[in-house]
Amino acid sequence: MNAARDWRGLLFVAPFLALYSLILIFPLFRGMWLSLNRVDLFGDGHFVGAGNYIRLANDPVFATALANTFKVTLMIVPVLTLLALLLALALNNAGRGAALIRGIFFSSAVLSVTIVTLIWRFVLAPDAGLLGELWTSLGWEPLAFLSDPDLVLPAIAITTLWWSLGLPMLLFLAGLQQIPQDMYEAAALDNASRWRTFWRITVPSLRRTIVLVVMLQTAAQLQLFGQAQLMTGGGPSGASRTAVLFLFETAFGRWELGYASAAAEILFLIILAVTLTQYWATGRATGAQGAH
Amino acid sequence: MTLGLLDQRAEFLEPFVDDRGPAIAPLTASATCPTNPRREREKLATLELSNVRKAYGETLVLDDVSLAMEAREFVAFLGPSGSGKSTLLRIIAGLERADGGEVRIDGERIDQKPPGERGVAMVFQHYALYPHMTVRENMAFGLRNAKVPKEEIEARVAEAARVLEIESQLDKKPGQMSGGQRQRVAIGRAIVKHPKLFLLDEPLSNLDAALRMRTRVELAQLRQRVEAAFIMVTHDQAEAMTLADRIVVMNDRRIQQVGAPMEIYSRPANTFVARFVGSPAMALAPASLVESDGGFARVRLGSGAEVETRVRRGRLPAEGALQLGLRPEMVSVTPSGGGTADAKVVLLERLGERTLVYAHLPDGQQITAEDKGDSRLRVGDTVGLAIDGAAAHLFGPDGAGHHAEAAA
Repeated sequence: MNAARDWRGLLFVAPFLALYSLILIFPLFRGMWLSLNRVDLFGDGHFVGAGNYIRLANDPVFATALANTFKVTLMIVPVLTLLALLLALALNNAGRGAALIRGIFFSSAVLSVTIVTLIWRFVLAPDAGLLGELWTSLGWEPLAFLSDPDLVLPAIAITTLWWSLGLPMLLFLAGLQQIPQDMYEAAALDNASRWRTFWRITVPSLRRTIVLVVMLQTAAQLQLFGQAQLMTGGGPSGASRTAVLFLFETAFGRWELGYASAAAEILFLIILAVTLTQYWATGRATGAQGAH
Repeated sequence: MTLGLLDQRAEFLEPFVDDRGPAIAPLTASATCPTNPRREREKLATLELSNVRKAYGETLVLDDVSLAMEAREFVAFLGPSGSGKSTLLRIIAGLERADGGEVRIDGERIDQKPPGERGVAMVFQHYALYPHMTVRENMAFGLRNAKVPKEEIEARVAEAARVLEIESQLDKKPGQMSGGQRQRVAIGRAIVKHPKLFLLDEPLSNLDAALRMRTRVELAQLRQRVEAAFIMVTHDQAEAMTLADRIVVMNDRRIQQVGAPMEIYSRPANTFVARFVGSPAMALAPASLVESDGGFARVRLGSGAEVETRVRRGRLPAEGALQLGLRPEMVSVTPSGGGTADAKVVLLERLGERTLVYAHLPDGQQITAEDKGDSRLRVGDTVGLAIDGAAAHLFGPDGAGHHAEAAA
C-alpha cells in the first residue's frame, strides 16, 4: 500500500524530473567529465586527468580573466546594493509620481544586453558620444573609456549598474513594504531621530533583503559576459576579458571544449565558495547579535 | 512590603478590591507621597482636548471633540469600528495631526510637538516590538534616544522587568516569546519612560480569552502602581467597564457620553449608548404617551400594553415619538396573561445562572427578558412579560435618554 502510493506519487513528478535531469543534471556531470578530457567538437577526445586544470593554473590569460572578473564584481556589487537601497527608500511612498519613477528605473532591466551595450557605446564613445561631447564642451580631452585599459572595467561596471538597478530596487521596495508601519510609530514615540530610525529599524529589518541582493548580484556579476563581449570583445589587450568571456572564447573560438569546461568548473566552485561564505558570514553575524 | 504582580496573582479572585492601595510603592520616584496621591493632584488635569477636529480628505472622522482628564485617571474610549476612537488616541500620541483644536498635557500644549517629546507612551495593538532587538534593548531604545544616563536606563529596565515578571526574558528576542510575554514587553517599554500618560490601543485584543482576563487584572493592578493617567481604546465594553474610571463612548465622529461605568450603563445619554453598552443590547420599543395621574409618564407600546414609568412627564419633549428602553433584567417572565403583555418566545440563551428569553410581542416588537437559570421555557411558548416600568428608560424623538427618578 505504502510502496504503491510512493510509486504513484513519483509519476506526478516524473515529467519534471526527466526534464530537470536532461537539461541540468546531465550537462553538469557531462561538464565535469569533459573537464577531465581533451576534447574538440569532432570526436570523443581522450582522458587527460587533471591535465586541463594544471594547464589553467599556469595560464596567464585565465589568471587575468579571473582578476578582471573579481575587479568588476567588486566595482558593481557594493555600489549597486547601495544605489538600489537609496532609490528604494526615496521611492517608497504611495504617490503616483513615485510609481512612475519606479517604472522608469525598472525599465532598463527589461532591455536585452545588446541594446544596453549599444546605448552605452553611444554614451561612452570619445569622438561623438554623450560623455565625449560633455567633456569637450567643458574644454577637456574626451576620455577613451573603451580603449583605455584602466577605464574599460569601470565603463563596463557603469553600464552594468544602469542595466541591473531595477531588480535589486524592486527587492528593496518589497522589503520596505514588509516593515510594519507601527514599528516606525513606536520609534517615533521612542524619540528616535530619522538617522537612528534608519540604522536601528530600517536596516536591520532589511537585513535578509540586503543579503539576498548581495548574493544574487555577486553570483550574477561573477558571470558577467555580454557587456564585455559586445562592448570591447575583451580588449584592449585582454583588459576587460572576464572569466565567462575566456571560456566562451576557448570553447567556441578555439574549440577546446575540455579546457573550457575545466575553466567553467573552476568558476562554478568560486561562485559557490563566495556565496556560501557570504551566507555563512551574515548568518554568524545574526547569531552574535542574538547572543550578546 | 514587596508586592510584585506575582504576589498578588494568588488573589486574582478578588482582583479589583485593592484596599492596600496606599501601601503599595508607586513605580515612579516622583510619587513618594505616602498617602493617596490621586487626591493631592486632583485639581491638575492631565490631558485636555479642546475642539479637536480631523478629516481624511472629505471624510470627517472627528468633529469638535473636547475632553478633560483628571490626574491618574483611567479613561476608556469605547466605540464601534470607525467611531474615531483610535484616531483620537493617535492624535494624542502625535501619530496623526489634528486639523483643528488643541491637546494639552499638564496645561502644556503638545499638539505641535513630535510624538517622542510629548511625555506619553503607547502600547500598540500588535505590540510593535523591534524584532531584531532583545527585550532589554527594546525597553532601553527610547531611553537611549532621550540620552538618559546608562545606569538610570539599567535601573529602570530592571524595575520594569521585575514588576512585569520578565526578568528571565530580558535577553530574548520578541520572536522567541509568546503573545502574553510580548504584551508585557510592550507594556514594559512604555513603563520605563515614566510617561505622564499611557496610551493603550486595544491592548488585550490580541490575547486569547484566558490571558485577556488575566492581563486585564494585571493592567488594573499596574495602574495602582504607576503615577500616570491611562487612556485605553477598546471596542470591548467589559474591558472598559472593569478597567476605567470613566468611559468615553464614541460613535459617528463624536463623543456620545462621558461618565463612570455604572452611570453609562444605568443612565445612557442616548439610544446609541443604550444599545452599545450592555449585553445583550437594550430593547427599544416605539411607545406613545397616554393620560396618567401623577407626574410620571405612562406609555403605550405598539401592541397596546401600557407601562407606568418613573420618568418625570415634564422632562419629556412635548411631542414626537418616544421609545421605551428595556434591559433584560427589567423584564421577567410570568405565565401567559399574568404580565404586562403576552409574547412568543423565539430564542433562548441559557447562561447557567440565568436564561435570556428573546420574545416577540404580538406586533412583532422584540423584547429580551430574563428568567431563572433552570427555566423550563421552550422556543414557541407563549409567555407573559412583566415589565418593571419603574426602571425603564424613555428616549425622545432626538434619541436623548430620560431616566427614572430614584425611588424616594
